[in-house]
Amino acid sequence: MEPRYPKCLDPKTKPSNFCPGCGYGIILKTLGQVIDEMEVAPRTVFAVDIGCNLLAWNYYKLDTIQTHHGRVTPLCVGYKRANRESVTIGIAGDGGLYAIGLQSFLHAAHRDDPVTIIGVNNTIYAMTGGQLAPTSLLGQVTDTSPQGKFTYEKPVLGPELAKEMASSSAYLARGSILNIPQMKGMLKAAIERQLAGHFAFVEIMSYCPTNWKTDAQQSIETLEKLEETFKVGVINA
Amino acid sequence: MAVKKELLTGNDVVLKAALLAGAEYFAGYPITPSTEIMNGWAKEAADNPKLLFLQTEDETSAGMAVIGGLLAGKKTWTVTSGVGHILIQDPLVLAETLSLPFVMYVGQRGGPSTGTVIYSQQELNLARYGGNSEGLRVVYAPSNIQELFEITQKAFNTAWRYRLPTIILGDGYLTKTLSPVDTSRVIPAEKAEAIFLNKDVKNLRNCFSREDELAEHLNILFAKYAAASRQIVESESYKTNDAKIVIFAWGTVGFAAKVAVANLRKQNKRVGLFRPITMRPFDDRGAIKAVQKADKILIAESSGGQFGRIVRETLTQATDAEYVRLYKPAEGITSEEIEAKIKEIY
Ligand SMILES: Cc1ncc(C[n+]2csc(CCOP(=O)(O)OP(=O)(O)O)c2C)c(N)n1
Ligand code: SF4
Repeated sequence: MEPRYPKCLDPKTKPSNFCPGCGYGIILKTLGQVIDEMEVAPRTVFAVDIGCNLLAWNYYKLDTIQTHHGRVTPLCVGYKRANRESVTIGIAGDGGLYAIGLQSFLHAAHRDDPVTIIGVNNTIYAMTGGQLAPTSLLGQVTDTSPQGKFTYEKPVLGPELAKEMASSSAYLARGSILNIPQMKGMLKAAIERQLAGHFAFVEIMSYCPTNWKTDAQQSIETLEKLEETFKVGVINA
Repeated sequence: MAVKKELLTGNDVVLKAALLAGAEYFAGYPITPSTEIMNGWAKEAADNPKLLFLQTEDETSAGMAVIGGLLAGKKTWTVTSGVGHILIQDPLVLAETLSLPFVMYVGQRGGPSTGTVIYSQQELNLARYGGNSEGLRVVYAPSNIQELFEITQKAFNTAWRYRLPTIILGDGYLTKTLSPVDTSRVIPAEKAEAIFLNKDVKNLRNCFSREDELAEHLNILFAKYAAASRQIVESESYKTNDAKIVIFAWGTVGFAAKVAVANLRKQNKRVGLFRPITMRPFDDRGAIKAVQKADKILIAESSGGQFGRIVRETLTQATDAEYVRLYKPAEGITSEEIEAKIKEIY
């Protein structure tokens, strides 16, 4: 049987180029369902960063721009200001958002720019082969922390950090691909909040079997463990 | 239309010209000597709800926001200088690969680094080929305020007609000075069109999976650029037909050189001036034609030779004339200095 894709996905570009078992596919498919259910496709503009999410540049039948690494937020902000009727959604990795793009991300939250940003947290730089990210945990072995040693004590907690600067009207949440219905609800809420004129951010805990070097079961277990540090839930309702 | 002289600063002129050209949206970050233009826009936007304004957290974001505005079909632009100009090259190369009408005024200031804050001609390489660029952009260099008025309007038209990033390369001497400007010289504005949420679905990428895919994309861009260049390229050759010495100068220095040539001609000195108006594309043919009778070429510029290298590369096969350099990196050059230099080598 043909797989049933959300309407806004482009079947011509499927199967996509994500590694087998990657979390990105789950996130993008769920986002597609939300866009369909909310019937916002005709006014949705999608932006991807550089990171594994760059592979989604032709994932949807939606106007899409692939930006530079870390620049998805300012591009969305720039677009949205020029087209207030649009639904502007950007996606980036934890490196793109919390390292190279951190100041743009925080300032968009600070200005309360009405855009929806999705941050995919796999605690590493996946596209470049698994280097240390601001979200890596103490002791985590990566290509650039081969002994599991680095200077910071705690990982960046994106939504919690954004809360420090965001307007009280912003929507900030952390979901996980281990709980798809909850994640879906968060994505919907994040689009609704944009339409109400406010900044909305959902971080999604996701696995990267390729760089984690995990099989399906281990990926789930690793993610469950990560969720002890990255607590799933709504951080600012 | 009747001549309408107004006393304006270069900053006012850029702002006025941008509005006449249909600019609707500005995103930027302050830096001297370009800040006043941004302040001026913010003030206009406060009074006019049709004008959009965004002060970003840095120049990279400003440029990315400009791209967002362009995708929405708004004539979006920015201004910057010096180290800000370095940062904005990042979004500018994205605009190059996506063929977007990114318009930017650059008020050059001294470098390297934070340098000085008013004047220089050291951002030429950056404007022409900054970033990992193949130079798929247009760079205009106005030499006085009247030209600044007309070129700023033209820059928007060039950008939207040919879908090319377009830079107006000025400096703080040009924009801080108060001069009479004929503001009746209005050029009809090109139409803007939305790229996103307009007709068919567009998926735009800047990252290609294979070398041949990128090569194919680049070949199209190069061909388009070559065709557009023929329409866009501009220069001024002033009294070069019989000139024994031809001065090569651009921007503010180009204007000083023109004054020097006019004075020297009164003293029966066979001197001329070649002044590029587009620094990219560069009018190679015009430059070669200008030196047919020359046995000396004086290159005058407020940089350590960024312009001189373009001139010498262009003229390699075209002349045996001797090169004389008047290079004053980050310092102004007056017509008197140019005149004195010519007299020394004549
Ligand atoms: C300015 C710039 N610096 C570095 C890179 C190289 N680079 C590409 S993807 C990436 C990291 C991606 O990690 P992340 O944002 O966490 O996304 P993921 O691949 O994990 O989804 C880096 C550093 C780049 N493309 N641009
Ligand atoms: S490297 Fe990791 S994040 Fe990237 S596509 Fe593969 S599994 Fe997914």
